[in-house]
Amino acid sequence: MILELENICFERDNKKILNNINLQIDLGKFIAITGPNGSGKSTLVKMIMGIEKPDSGKIIFDGKDITNMEINERAKLGISFGFQQPVKFKGITVYDLLKISANKKITKKEACEALAKVGLCAKEYVDREVNGSLSGGELKRIEIATVALRQTKLTIFDEPEAGIDLWSFNNLIDVFQTMSEITKGTTIIISHQEKILEIADEIILMKSGKIKEIGTSEEILNKEIKNKGCCQKRECKI
Amino acid sequence: MESKNLNEIDEQLLSEVSNLENITKGAYNIRKNGKGVERQVTENVNIVTKKDVSGIDIYVKENTKFEFIHIPVIITESGLKDLVYNDFHIGKNANVIIIAGCGIHNDHHKDAEHDGIHRFYLEEGAKVRYIEKHYGEGNGDGKRILNPVTEVYLKAGSSLEMESTQIKGVSSTIRETKGVLEKDTNFVVTEKIMTDGKQYAKTIFDVQLNGENSSTHVTSRSVATGDSKQEFISKIYGNEKCFAHSECDAIIKDNAIVTAVPEITANNVEANLIHEAAIGKIAGEQLIKLMTLGLSEKQAEEEIINGFLR
Ligand SMILES: Nc1ncnc2c1ncn2[C@@H]1O[C@H](COP(=O)(O)OP(=O)(O)OP(=O)(O)O)[C@@H](O)[C@H]1O
Ligand SMILES: [Mg+2]
Repeated sequence: MILELENICFERDNKKILNNINLQIDLGKFIAITGPNGSGKSTLVKMIMGIEKPDSGKIIFDGKDITNMEINERAKLGISFGFQQPVKFKGITVYDLLKISANKKITKKEACEALAKVGLCAKEYVDREVNGSLSGGELKRIEIATVALRQTKLTIFDEPEAGIDLWSFNNLIDVFQTMSEITKGTTIIISHQEKILEIADEIILMKSGKIKEIGTSEEILNKEIKNKGCCQKRECKI
Repeated sequence: MESKNLNEIDEQLLSEVSNLENITKGAYNIRKNGKGVERQVTENVNIVTKKDVSGIDIYVKENTKFEFIHIPVIITESGLKDLVYNDFHIGKNANVIIIAGCGIHNDHHKDAEHDGIHRFYLEEGAKVRYIEKHYGEGNGDGKRILNPVTEVYLKAGSSLEMESTQIKGVSSTIRETKGVLEKDTNFVVTEKIMTDGKQYAKTIFDVQLNGENSSTHVTSRSVATGDSKQEFISKIYGNEKCFAHSECDAIIKDNAIVTAVPEITANNVEANLIHEAAIGKIAGEQLIKLMTLGLSEKQAEEEIINGFLR
């Protein structure tokens, strides 16, 4: 087991954002988290990275209690995190960010290769600043490149598909799969994309701060999503 | 460079404010403790000592292409107050890079001060890139004071791009930059300042856009830490069909204080003037992102500041 959450609770403004979450995840698994907007998905993964701290409960990573550890200590232990909304900087270039991510000296050529993998024509981007002049999709790809370079035991992506066109997204799925083959680690992806849900070993379905269901893609997709009105075409009556 | 007039401290100071290897490639004038100590002129660039006041006149012939001119100043004497006038006369269609800078080394308790007045007269079509670097060092409690004045007069079709940097060791500085722009001219100013301890830095920009299609772009990026204080004042007057953009972006830490006073005045209906100012601490999300990549909070802060001031 690589990750274990025990009785995680998080409450703000009298609202139970995470309501007693218990979860166990094995090494090498490809896990998808899905569920309605506001159900607590981002909050849950932020707990794992240390960006938010739980009010109560315990987080065990690779046998160690990391509940009170800082973000960077967790990063060093082997957790990576791709943000739902990539962070912008002033003056820091794509190359700078990739160098920090790789945590070793990488050449411009290596940085370019990392960019090419996420579908960016590297030469045009490597020296650009990671600021608002980049489009949403470009920022998102750079974000994914920074995470993929780290090659850690546990990699988390928060809605990597957001802002990326569908055609490119199919190629990005390859990136996620190759990454987990190389690292032999665990990938947790928050997603609403059917394609990702289909390839996941397990799907965690969240609702109102709770884990509603865990199962294989067939189980969850058929039972919970396809059969409910939410994903079917609405019928229009004229 | 080898010189009997310069010792090790001098060379160290010089290397902080200019690129030593490049100095000797073009015209240069090195001033130390209030006196000129080294000079070289070229076929296209002449340097003449002023008779009435302390300083030099630099003459660049018209059509001179891509020459470097270095005019560094170093001060190693505590208690010295140096006032100098450097006037640049840039001929028609000349294109040169001018590197000025002042390094102060003060190991004693008396103040050391350098007030440099730089005036640029650009003839039609001339192009100048002006790079100015300020640096202070030394263990004394004497202050290291730099008060540069820059005046830029642009004739039709000319342009000047100025980069000024003051990252370390200057106790007090008041920088005044003035531009008077005629038709089809462009004046770009980029300033980078970092203060700490009890340092004080004030910047005043005054740009008069007098000619049709004149434009200016003023960018100030600064970091204020410790108990330091910074003021940014910019006054831009659009007197013709023109364009101006001024931007002040400051990061504050600890007990530092930053004031930004933007003033834009349009005296013509075709003047298009924009001012942006932002002051704030380092964005929490930037720190968090870098920490998820394994940096400590302190390392993350350094990366963010280094990038910001680059
Ligand atoms: N620090 C906070 N203070 C107050 N409310 C919060 C805080 N953090 C999250 N919330 C609330 O908790 C709920 C869950 O937020 P979260 O971002 O985890 O949802 P999500 O499942 O990721 O949604 P989406 O699909 O829209 O990304 C939301 O209602 C949000 O407004
Ligand atoms: Mg979310």
